[in-house]
Amino acid sequence: MNETPLWASESFWKKTAIWVTAGSFVILIVLTMDSLSQTTAGGKRVPPYSVINKKIDYRFNKELNKSVPVIGGDEFLFGKQLSEQEAEQLVDLGKKTAQSRNCMNCHTILGNGAYYAPDLTKAWLDQGWLSKELREDLMVKFLMNPESNARTFGSNRKMPNLGITEQEAEGLVAFLKWMSSIDTNGFPYNFKTIEAEE
Amino acid sequence: MNTPQLDNVIPKPASVLDKARIYRDKFKAWVNLDSSNLTAGQQLAVKYFTVAVILFVAQILFGLLSALQFIYPGFLYGILDFNVNRMVHINAMIVWMLYGFIGSIYWLIEDESGTEIVGLKWANIAFWVLTGAVTLVVLVYLFVQVGPGKDSSLWFINEGREYIEAPRWADLGITAVMLVFFYNVVATFSKGNWSGIAGVLVLDLIALVGLYLAGMFYMTNITHDQYWWWWVIHLWVEATWEVLVGVIMAWSLMKLLGVRRKIVQTWLYIEVALMFGSGILGLGHHYFWIGMPEYWLSVGGFFSALEPIPLVAMVVHAIYDSGVHAFKTVNHPALAWVIAHAFGNFFGAGVWGFMHTLPQINLYTHGTQWSASHGHLSFFGAYATINIAFFYLAIQQWRGNVWMAAGTRHAWRWKWALGLLNAGVVGMTVALLIAGYEQSFIERAVEGSTWAGYFAAQNQPSFQHAMNWRMFFGLVTAAGLGLLVWDLLTIGKYEERKAEKVVEKVIVH
Repeated sequence: MNETPLWASESFWKKTAIWVTAGSFVILIVLTMDSLSQTTAGGKRVPPYSVINKKIDYRFNKELNKSVPVIGGDEFLFGKQLSEQEAEQLVDLGKKTAQSRNCMNCHTILGNGAYYAPDLTKAWLDQGWLSKELREDLMVKFLMNPESNARTFGSNRKMPNLGITEQEAEGLVAFLKWMSSIDTNGFPYNFKTIEAEE
Repeated sequence: MNTPQLDNVIPKPASVLDKARIYRDKFKAWVNLDSSNLTAGQQLAVKYFTVAVILFVAQILFGLLSALQFIYPGFLYGILDFNVNRMVHINAMIVWMLYGFIGSIYWLIEDESGTEIVGLKWANIAFWVLTGAVTLVVLVYLFVQVGPGKDSSLWFINEGREYIEAPRWADLGITAVMLVFFYNVVATFSKGNWSGIAGVLVLDLIALVGLYLAGMFYMTNITHDQYWWWWVIHLWVEATWEVLVGVIMAWSLMKLLGVRRKIVQTWLYIEVALMFGSGILGLGHHYFWIGMPEYWLSVGGFFSALEPIPLVAMVVHAIYDSGVHAFKTVNHPALAWVIAHAFGNFFGAGVWGFMHTLPQINLYTHGTQWSASHGHLSFFGAYATINIAFFYLAIQQWRGNVWMAAGTRHAWRWKWALGLLNAGVVGMTVALLIAGYEQSFIERAVEGSTWAGYFAAQNQPSFQHAMNWRMFFGLVTAAGLGLLVWDLLTIGKYEERKAEKVVEKVIVH
């Protein structure tokens, strides 16, 4: 008469825990394989590195009700057309520079990181670079010597000098340009790009 | 040449060492702890706890520096920039909590398995290797800071990925040390007795060590980089760490209150099912905006919305058991911190996480001070609290299992430490939440997320007031920590009464 009901039984919950955990993990593995294959560089969501040879914009799409990246015609970075391999090398240098200079502990990248400095997801498209003609030059100069080219927007927060070389600065610009072409499901919201001014 | 004056001014190396030795001996005499009260396994555990407390102090110190830089951006500019302070702040936190967990497991494993730790010598070597590595990593963070954009920087200076910045050489070292720890746990239970708690612990540790490997690869593709990065961060703090504290809490409830094993183990299985059932796919809430397919909006939104449920269960569990046992316990501070853990975990991880987990709101809050608000309350509520509870269990035994219930001498110290630490963290959380609201409205919704929009929000008086309040409550937290350290060093010092024995009670309804 004194039987333990199922909901209070230790062995029932033990089995449940095992099955739920294993089931969730299997689903995660399946989704991981699908997600990674959909997001290799060169696919629809994450364009190839050579996208830095193109004009990139981020526009609101009424039908989808969110902003989406728009890839346009040729617009070479630093006036040079790069092969897929050269573009990958330059973006790679930029990514390694971003990691070795610890950018993420002030900035956010794709919205992740620290909140002491602005998000870098669409930094390439930001209106803060004044005009498309000045942009590349301004970015390289700023990265190499942020203190004298400080852009603090009245906050007094200055980026420190991180000893970034010209080559590394160009790599960072390539990395930022490539990243701005990634389809981020509409993040950041309502972003007005440097193109929108024209 | 005879320069007696100079000789007096410049200390000789030997005399500096001698002085240090004298201070150390004086300190030891003042603390007056007797390690013969501890088993060999417990002696190992308290080494981990000692380093954990030191790193806790470092966490708060570098947190204060970072908070001050929000108010005075010129403070330490070019010497210890925000990115360095913030990195040490969050890394010291992750590492002290890991030290606390490893210490807690070494503390409970002999009691739980009914035998001595197998491979104690290796465990001691692993402790010194890990501590040496952590010291070196922090020194490089502080004095080298950054390197060129090459693989060598990622291997020896800093990987530049939030929370897992430790360079690759340290990753390999940490993995090796964790494998020694894992071997010790499995071998000790195999020699002694297995239990439900032991089974959950071992499976959880496999996941915990295995997941760390997902963070050890470099990828050019930032979307893939962040995909795997979240495997480590999320599946640690929102899944495997939660289960680990479930294990620790299950054991503590038996020790503190005398709850029956069958009850805590049944609860533990329920918690594992709920935690992994919601937390594993809840990982998706980090995949909304990093370039991943749209289905993550639904998967991540749905499962992460369920994540608070196991945390409610843990509150019910802790409070119900405490109530049933009429809050009668042999260690008042430890039980108080366990209760703080149950509520802190529920509010910090559960409520604060749920508030911005759905993609419809997360679009505006992602990457703002909302995350900082959630981060402060959840790491403190879920993990700092339970570790502090264990520090009190350890110090009680270290003093010779003395009385730490009602009528403890200087009880105001632990009570004020508890109050100040909790008030400080809750105060910072609320201040950061206000900053986060303001940022979401001004920067995101109104200004459209540009750099000008970002700074428009940062320059708002309401944001800046929030940063001042955060600084104030940071100082409250620091005062609480100072008191906590003093209390841990002195509680039970002149106590002669022994603790009562906890008896397992069968409650008849």
